[in-house]
Amino acid sequence: MNNEFPPQPVVVRRRGDTPRTGAGLVIALAALVAVAAVAETAAHGLVQPGITAAFAVLIAVGEVVRVRLPGERELAPVGVAAALAYALVLEVNGTMTRYDAWQVAAVTAFAATVGSLPYLAAGRSAHLEDVGRRVLLAAATAALFRPYADELRGHESLTVLAMLGAVILAGSMDAVLSSVVRAGGDPVRLRTALRDEVRASGGIGAAIGATGVLIALAARPLGLWALPVFTIPLLVTQFSIRRFATIRATSLQTIRALSRVTEVGGYVEPGHSRRVSTLSVALGHEVGLSEAELLDLEYAALMHDIGQLSFTDPIPGGATLVVAPVERRRIAELGADIIRTTGTLERVADIVERQADPYRHAGEGADADLPVASRIIKVANAFDDLVGDRTDRATSEAALERLRLGTAVEYDPRVVEALDRVLRRSGISLALIS
Amino acid sequence: MTTIPRSVKLYVVALVIAAATGLTVSWFARPSGGESWLSVLTLAGLFWLCASLGIQSSSRLRTSTSFAVGMAAVLLTGPLGAGLVGLLDGAQFRVKNSFAMKRVFNSAQFSLAGLAAGGVYLAVGGGRDALTDARLDVAQLLLVSALVTATYYLVNATLVSIVVAKTEGSSLMAVWWGSLSWAAISYLAYGILGLLMAVLWVRVSILAGILVLVPLLVARWTFAQYAAEQQAYDSTVRSLIQAVETKDYYTRGHSERVSRATVLIAREWGMREDRVNVIRYAGMLHDVGKLGVPTKVLQKQGKLNDTEFDAIKLHPMRGYEMLREITFLKDALTGVVHHHERMDGRGYPMGLTGEEIPEFARIIMVADAFDSMTSTRSYRSAKSVEEAVTELRKWEGAQFDVEAVDALVRALEKHGWEAHPEEFHGELVARDGTLLPRPTGQPDPAASVPRHAS
Repeated sequence: MNNEFPPQPVVVRRRGDTPRTGAGLVIALAALVAVAAVAETAAHGLVQPGITAAFAVLIAVGEVVRVRLPGERELAPVGVAAALAYALVLEVNGTMTRYDAWQVAAVTAFAATVGSLPYLAAGRSAHLEDVGRRVLLAAATAALFRPYADELRGHESLTVLAMLGAVILAGSMDAVLSSVVRAGGDPVRLRTALRDEVRASGGIGAAIGATGVLIALAARPLGLWALPVFTIPLLVTQFSIRRFATIRATSLQTIRALSRVTEVGGYVEPGHSRRVSTLSVALGHEVGLSEAELLDLEYAALMHDIGQLSFTDPIPGGATLVVAPVERRRIAELGADIIRTTGTLERVADIVERQADPYRHAGEGADADLPVASRIIKVANAFDDLVGDRTDRATSEAALERLRLGTAVEYDPRVVEALDRVLRRSGISLALIS
Repeated sequence: MTTIPRSVKLYVVALVIAAATGLTVSWFARPSGGESWLSVLTLAGLFWLCASLGIQSSSRLRTSTSFAVGMAAVLLTGPLGAGLVGLLDGAQFRVKNSFAMKRVFNSAQFSLAGLAAGGVYLAVGGGRDALTDARLDVAQLLLVSALVTATYYLVNATLVSIVVAKTEGSSLMAVWWGSLSWAAISYLAYGILGLLMAVLWVRVSILAGILVLVPLLVARWTFAQYAAEQQAYDSTVRSLIQAVETKDYYTRGHSERVSRATVLIAREWGMREDRVNVIRYAGMLHDVGKLGVPTKVLQKQGKLNDTEFDAIKLHPMRGYEMLREITFLKDALTGVVHHHERMDGRGYPMGLTGEEIPEFARIIMVADAFDSMTSTRSYRSAKSVEEAVTELRKWEGAQFDVEAVDALVRALEKHGWEAHPEEFHGELVARDGTLLPRPTGQPDPAASVPRHAS
């Protein structure tokens, strides 16, 4: 039976799962702000406990009903919107708010902690870094806006603009902070991380910010009714996000399952597709691909051999390295044709189509049109063909050396160097990858 | 244009005349000096924008954020303003199949809905004053806007239902109940948000009113992304399965047809819609394990020897091995494993009997057998649907589950069976999950009916 596979990798970095060197720093900063804010608030006494309690409850509830976005992002849209509204509100049904930014930070930190308790109690990860960033976001918004609260009263349009300005500024700071943590301090990856951040949470971020401002504005005519009413669209959005994330996960699982048809059919060695895809994603991450590009790369790597299905007889041993280049190119083209019939994986098909192309032709410069993802699959595929499921150091070194010799024409030297770094980090042994 | 029935044309003309009359009457009846043309213009712009940003979905029904703007227009500018704002619907820039007739219809019907809602609003004592009063009577405002929303929605839904019924030649009540009524809840929500927009518009600033639309548009966009991802998933699974089937010419399309038959049975069986969705994919994927079986065994004519039969008997477990990591299929995996069990216990891989065989497996088994019999195989030609049913009936109890066969027979009576998927492209799935088969040979109703029902 060729159905037994080693467990999924744990050490090699996966999409969106960078080492979070800055995460501890964010948590420490948030904790510092929280402690200072609680001390300051305790010293002066809690102002307007009634209004505060209403907002605190919504912040805590919002913290409980978190939602996870693809790419290991966890958001608490309702909680953040409530915290922003608490930071911005000037008047609740005739009562002027008089608390300062310290109180906003203290209340948000307290409510967010309460909202995280169920996660801690259930033994699940509470994602403290995300909670910390949310506290910092509310504190920053309040610090930017509340000092000018008294001067803004009576100037309606100016108030709206000031609120929007504070939210946009604080939100941008939050996005940068999150990207810095994700990039792991690597300045090259920071740009990609920022782009990923905006792509992944830009839409919901705009909705959260607008909802915070709306609740703050609507609290004057509507009182505390504004809180539940304006959270409804956010909850609807959250519902869609959850479904979206589920389908994303299902798609990946399904492609992974179907990628095994070539193995079950005896076309390739067991575990080949999955090993190539894991290694490809690690390489893609290393060369700085964005999350969207990494997803396409993962799909393409999983299905890179699907073209072999068009052959009646499997290639002996399945390794595409031993067949003639012409044949390899044919497999790539047939595979791309199959993937193209889905009508939705156009980019994946393009990657698969060019996986067998050399990095450059003799006497010419590098092929600029060749997708980076295709170059990566070419390297990962060759490496797996050479190494297979052997995990000793010597085999890996030898394979790497052979790929290095091929960088004159076949393999992109940048990708081979990335492979070197990835292997070195995981102790040169493929046990960590396969 | 030639495909639009004469009665539909007359109907649209009548609506245009009605809308023009309504607008004229409300023009002369407008309160002197009370109208804010800046508001009307801004609302019209927002309405147009929201209608244009409305995302075309595959389902024939969609709600649009523009409804909230329409509601705000009713509350802020009365019948005349709402009637004028509604006219902008036909001008949206993102219309597929944008027949001039469709645009005219949409403008007229939204204008009429706005006029009617505005009339009701005035009749129950509403007006801009109700929003500017020093203290808001929230309860009364909610009641009034619920009434106004209901009017807006009912006029809109009725006018659209009539045109759908006329175009498709189906009964008005069926269209009404079958497809439009579910939308009432989301329209109520949009109505309330329209009210909030109006309140903020008047009491805080126009800017605040406009801001209400941001979370709505994001909610819409997120939903559209989800729907697109779902469709992408569906088409991906379909084509990859087809690619897998190329190994065996005679089973081409088999998975897809089994999936369809499975859904037919499951619905008749009274299965919940989310479970039907799961079995749809389980039916599609039930034979992936066959890839591990050598092609020459699969296509062998004549009797199989023991080794060959053993190879075949492995395929359900192979399929399970491949699919077990797809969490969403988890419940249906038993259906894949046991789809060759027989009621009398003489099946494989485990020889389960009767009730021991999971529901999913009994359904897939009947669907699988039905499609095998009605399609051509290397060793025999296809049976007719009637012959296949007779055969299923003959073996029910011993091989097949009686209830599953009953369900299939009932479903076939209701929906019929088309063997070739190429001819079955006209499937429309409404948002409530009901299957709406489109009569072949007729134009896509979405092409000739209003945006609201597109």
